[in-house]
Amino acid sequence: MKRLIHRATQMLVTLLGVSFITFCLAYLAPGDPVAMLLESADTIVSEEVLEKTRAELGLDKPFLVQYGNWLAGALQGDMGMSYSAKKPVTEKLSEGFVGTLLLAFVTIVFVLLISLPLGIWSAVRQNEWPDYVVRFFAFIGVSMPSFWLGLMLLYVFGLKLGWFPIASSTITAKGIVLPALTLAIYQSTKYVRQVRTVILDELHQDYVIGARARGLSESTILWKHVLPNAVLPLITLLGMSIGWLLGGVAVIEIVFSWPGIGNMAVRAIMMRDYPLIEGFVLWIAIVYMVINFLVDLSYTWLDPKLRRGEQH
Amino acid sequence: MTEFIKQHRLFAVYTALVILLVLVAIFAPQLAPQDPFDGNMRNVLQQPSDEHIFGTDKLGRDTFSRIICGTQTSLFMTICVVVLLAIVGGVVGVVSGYFGGKVEMILMRIADMMLAFPGVVLAIAIAGILGGSIVNTILALLAVGWAKYARLVRSLVIKLRHNDYIIAAQVNGTKTINILWRHILPNILPMIVITGAMDIGTMMMEIAGLSFLGFGAQPPTPEWGLMLNEGRQYIQTAPWLMIYPGAAIFVVVAIFNLWGDALRDVLDPRHDS
Repeated sequence: MKRLIHRATQMLVTLLGVSFITFCLAYLAPGDPVAMLLESADTIVSEEVLEKTRAELGLDKPFLVQYGNWLAGALQGDMGMSYSAKKPVTEKLSEGFVGTLLLAFVTIVFVLLISLPLGIWSAVRQNEWPDYVVRFFAFIGVSMPSFWLGLMLLYVFGLKLGWFPIASSTITAKGIVLPALTLAIYQSTKYVRQVRTVILDELHQDYVIGARARGLSESTILWKHVLPNAVLPLITLLGMSIGWLLGGVAVIEIVFSWPGIGNMAVRAIMMRDYPLIEGFVLWIAIVYMVINFLVDLSYTWLDPKLRRGEQH
Repeated sequence: MTEFIKQHRLFAVYTALVILLVLVAIFAPQLAPQDPFDGNMRNVLQQPSDEHIFGTDKLGRDTFSRIICGTQTSLFMTICVVVLLAIVGGVVGVVSGYFGGKVEMILMRIADMMLAFPGVVLAIAIAGILGGSIVNTILALLAVGWAKYARLVRSLVIKLRHNDYIIAAQVNGTKTINILWRHILPNILPMIVITGAMDIGTMMMEIAGLSFLGFGAQPPTPEWGLMLNEGRQYIQTAPWLMIYPGAAIFVVVAIFNLWGDALRDVLDPRHDS
């Protein structure tokens, strides 16, 4: 219980800090959002109109008052209006989040499909050719920029072979394959190594020797004894990449014109749409922390040692 | 020297490659066959040929020359980021680890805050809001990355602080600055160098990523991420504009990753790989 309260305060402090930093940046940044907003239609706007709009948006107030107002709104679930879309920020965020959530889900499925079999294969045949091949590809993947991989996949499977659409500004089943595959290949290079290390660690434990001595077959040992023990470390990793994926992987969403939250954030930054940027950063902070928290909880739940430890 | 090379053959090979890259970066303007800024509207979007082995871009500039000069931009930015990270993180880590107290508490709370947040998102926000430029990219990556180094250095310093030879120096009345400089720094330097070297590849990719989004180097600077972004629009008509700059990032990042791993094996033999 004490740990929970400690964690919760820490999360709150982080949220406040991160939102304050973004607010400072937006306040200090060059470029006038009001001028951007009104002059977008190629019209010259008089100073009076600019002043009036500033007053309407509360941008004429001192910095701390602005931050206080925004914070008070955010606590009630109101993050203000997006300048560019003229819609509430929360609405824009939830629109973008649907795309990002779908993409993250499909990516995780791909990651597991790629990295579990390869990681296990490479661990079981350690220092034989499958291990070398898998490790070689893992190394290549680590050094390859994800956006370049995305562009190459787009070029080969989108343009040359025509299997997938080149750009999908709406959510479609076919459109999700390439972005998810790009992200999954990029992530799998890390997972394959981890899966391999974890399985190798387990294979060298005494209980495996014991099981072999009792004459259990290698596949029973692997599936019944080794894999369940390997789940725990992998969950942390999975949690971390879910957090990363839900942050909206801006670069990949831009490459494939996928309508996600990262794509939206990059556009918001270009339009100097500060309420939307601030809402985005706060949202990411919340998602990230909630997922870290859940990973922590799953630890206690999955590891009997920790579970018992808490009752003492 | 020859003995060292014999013992660490791989490290020697990778170091030679790294030196080669640095030389290419330094002498890029001399090595590039053509001026990377000099456009020729009669030569727009030419296919790779004998004259332009990687083709030309939308302004008729030679892609090969721009990639060579991009080495300079990329390496310069990356080295700035990594060195500044080591210095800032090192100072914060030493101060909080050696002196402790309130300063440590406040600095480490801030570091925890930075670590509890996805760095790339914040880097995009900072670089984007400040406006795309080489300096702002470096600042953004610095703002996001220092906490990891500060944490590492702090834990190293705390381990050292209670060693007998440090206490002896304190009892003898050695000035604090001398203790830090002569006894603490030499002991933590290898770990900082290893961490920095292994981060070079990652930083290089993040810099290219920011430029790709338009929040890094600005045109007409020859920079690989920016070139990919410009080439992206011509994926159908001029695929060489996205193939070669990306391949350049890949090769250079791979070399630095290999070098970083090898350097760790040399400096920290206890680490089992």
